[in-house]
Amino acid sequence: MRNLIGIVLILIVASGVFLCLDNIPFGASRENVGDFYNSSGVKQTGAVNMVTSVVLNYRGFDTLGEVTILFIASLGLGAVLSTVKTSSREETTPSSLILSTGCRFLFPFILLFGTYTFLHGHLTPGGGFQGGAIIASGFLLRYLGCPAKRTNPSLFVALESTGGLVFTLIGLLGLTLSGFFLFNFLPKGEANTLFSAGIIPVIYIAIGFKVGAELAGIIDGLIVKS
Amino acid sequence: MIFIIAFLVVVMLAGAIAACLFRDLLNAVIASCLVSLIASILFYFLQAPDVAMAEASIGAALVTAIFIIAIRRTERRE
Repeated sequence: MRNLIGIVLILIVASGVFLCLDNIPFGASRENVGDFYNSSGVKQTGAVNMVTSVVLNYRGFDTLGEVTILFIASLGLGAVLSTVKTSSREETTPSSLILSTGCRFLFPFILLFGTYTFLHGHLTPGGGFQGGAIIASGFLLRYLGCPAKRTNPSLFVALESTGGLVFTLIGLLGLTLSGFFLFNFLPKGEANTLFSAGIIPVIYIAIGFKVGAELAGIIDGLIVKS
Repeated sequence: MIFIIAFLVVVMLAGAIAACLFRDLLNAVIASCLVSLIASILFYFLQAPDVAMAEASIGAALVTAIFIIAIRRTERRE
C-alpha cells in the first residue's frame, strides 16, 4: 500500500515537472542577456573567455558568495576534525622508491598546470576554482605518495585568508574609486593578451590561491587527523 | 558523434545504478567516480569546458579521494 502511494506521488510530481518543461523550447534563444554578453562582453570587460567575464565581472558579487560558502564548508570540516585527537601519521609505512620519486617528479608540474589555469582564466577555459582544485589534487597526490612530507597547515590558513582579503579589498577599492562594489577600475588593455581585463586576473589569482589552499587544507586535515 | 554521446550516457546510467546497488562501498565510490568522469566528458561535448574542468578535478578526483579516506576509517561493507 505504501509503495503504491509512493509510486502515485512520484507520477504526480513527474507529470508536473513534465508539464513545466514541456513548454520550454530548449536550444532556442529566449533571452536577450546571452546575446548581450556575447556581443559586448569583450568590449566591456576585456576578458575573451565569456564565462569568466560573467563570473567575475557581471556577476562578481555572486562569486564572492560562492567563495564564502566554500570557506564556511572548510571551516565546518575543521571544527568537526578538531575534536579528533589521535594522529596515526607516524604509523604509516613509507612508500616505495618508484612511487615517491614519481610523486616528487609530477608534483611541480601539477602545480604549474594549476597556476596556468588560473592565470589564463580570462583567456582560456578554466579559472580560479578549477586551478585551485587542480593544485589541491597535486597536494593529494603528494600526501598519498610521500606521506613523510607534510606542508605546514598554517601556510594553508594564511594563503586562504590572504586570498579572501584580496578579493574583498579589490571590491572595496572599486567601491571607493568608482562607486560600485567590484568595479573594474584597472585599465582593460588589449583583449586576448595576458595583461588585460583589469581586475579579473588579479581576482582569479586570489581565488586560485584561496581555493587551492582550502581544498588542500581539507585533504590535509582528513588524512592527518584520521 | 551522437553514438559516442549515447554510449557515454548509457555507461553513466549504468555507473549511477551500480553505485546505488553495490554493497561494497569502495566499489560504489569508484562507480560514482565513473559517473563524474563521464559527466565531465559530456560537459566538454556540450561546449562547457570550464564546467568540465571543475567536474573532472573536483567530482572525479577530490570527492572520490575524500570518500575513500572516509571508508578507510569506517566500515567498508554496507
